Amino acid sequence: MELFGIWVAALLTLGIFSFLYKDNPVYKICESIFIGVSAGYWAIANFFDALHKKFWVGVFPTDGSDPNYMLWFGALLGVLMLLRLSSKIGWIARWPLAFIVGATAGLYMMLYFVSNAMNQVASTMRDVIVTSPETHLIMWGETIGSILIVIGVVSGLVYFFFSKEHKGVFGYTARVGIWFLMITFGAHFGYTVMSRMSLLIGRIDFLFRDWLHLLN
Amino acid sequence: MVSTIATVLMWIVGLSMIYVLYRTINGHPIERRVVFLYIGLAIALPLLMQKTAPVPVTADVQKLVDALDELTPGSKVLAAFDFDPSSAPELQPMGVAFMKYAFKHDFKVIVMGLWPQGPQQANQAIEDAMLDPLIAEKNLVYGVDYVNLGYQAGAEFVIQSMGSDFKRMFPLDDRHIAYDSLEILNDITNFSNIDFIFNLSAGKPGTVEWIQIAVDRFGAKCGAGNTAVQAPQVYPYLRSGQLTGLLGGMSGGAEFEKATNEKGQASTFIFAQMISHAMVIAFIIMGNIAFFMTRKKKKA
Repeated sequence: MELFGIWVAALLTLGIFSFLYKDNPVYKICESIFIGVSAGYWAIANFFDALHKKFWVGVFPTDGSDPNYMLWFGALLGVLMLLRLSSKIGWIARWPLAFIVGATAGLYMMLYFVSNAMNQVASTMRDVIVTSPETHLIMWGETIGSILIVIGVVSGLVYFFFSKEHKGVFGYTARVGIWFLMITFGAHFGYTVMSRMSLLIGRIDFLFRDWLHLLN
Repeated sequence: MVSTIATVLMWIVGLSMIYVLYRTINGHPIERRVVFLYIGLAIALPLLMQKTAPVPVTADVQKLVDALDELTPGSKVLAAFDFDPSSAPELQPMGVAFMKYAFKHDFKVIVMGLWPQGPQQANQAIEDAMLDPLIAEKNLVYGVDYVNLGYQAGAEFVIQSMGSDFKRMFPLDDRHIAYDSLEILNDITNFSNIDFIFNLSAGKPGTVEWIQIAVDRFGAKCGAGNTAVQAPQVYPYLRSGQLTGLLGGMSGGAEFEKATNEKGQASTFIFAQMISHAMVIAFIIMGNIAFFMTRKKKKA
């Protein structure tokens, strides 16, 4: 059975790779199988992990614990959400949506304020000249890094300040900000290439190791 | 034999790049399918060559290893596997190396996942780690030395709830054993009873949520392994000290394997990654040459 699974996986992998040459029926079949299997998997996973595990077991416990009646409220909101399918009473679906938006916004307001605003700003306000605690000598690598952070933060903020025309010193600073942004995008792109290559390596390793047994 | 043939072919592919460059300079750029073929060969042939590349351990990875080194035998470590098979080539080697390190140092490992397939990936990592003779001879017992709490729906709200009570989120583990029946969980109520969190993340919910809630709100200590796509978003948390060490992409995995002396899949993959990156850089340079040559001809 495992051998059959490996063969199916290998042929589907090759079928997907065939798109690199040109769009073809084999690729379409493989793509459709992937979408179908994914949809089926998520439907079943959500049914058992959310509806059964979170709701059913909670309101009808079998281990002797007290039922959690609050879950009925969540279930009711879930049913109301489905009313979007009706053109006449679809507006009721806004209520559960408002509940979700409110709860999520409430949680994230504090989380983002502490983690992404306060702590990150504090991290920017560091000594520009970094010295070694033991020898008290300047640590050049760290110091250059700190200076770059200060320049990057200031020039980046200036670039996104649109209430003043980007001319003169202000314009030059904004241009430095663009450079920092471009380098950041380049780093992101480089990491994305690395990630995609890793996925391809994983697939080719599967073909060579598990299917063709060319690798130990 | 396969390795030798692959090495010879790799040299031929490398030399043929000179011809591609020559064609490009003469205004005959190659078509995209040839680029795909070259990239494919730049990954397939190095894999068959079965060589490793030199990987210097960076400060970000060393920080994680140092934090793990500070833990004592019996320390409670929470390993959150927040990824699925599509990210496994990058994150699974990190998971295996981490499990090997944790079991060899006698940590008590508690596994969970905010992604449905995460706990299955964790089980696979544990199985692979158990193949190590040094770990196998320890005869580790499920429920005493390690446990898999399984998947829990609810994303970041699960972390939030775990801050007050683990049991509320995981009344049963992955094998449907009651929380109170598992010896390893006897003295664990919330994050204050966890010595270290190691998160493997491929997106949301993942490392950012663990930092925002478990670290910044509940004071836990957390290190992470991320896909290369996600790593740049997480680096700011590393510098600010909110995150204790980061393994970024496959290179991070290879560095971790080197730093912990646990040579694994990432170390064998990294050579193919290095060659493929060199190929991408070569094509970027050629593309620019073609662009400037075309512009020059148009101007003329």
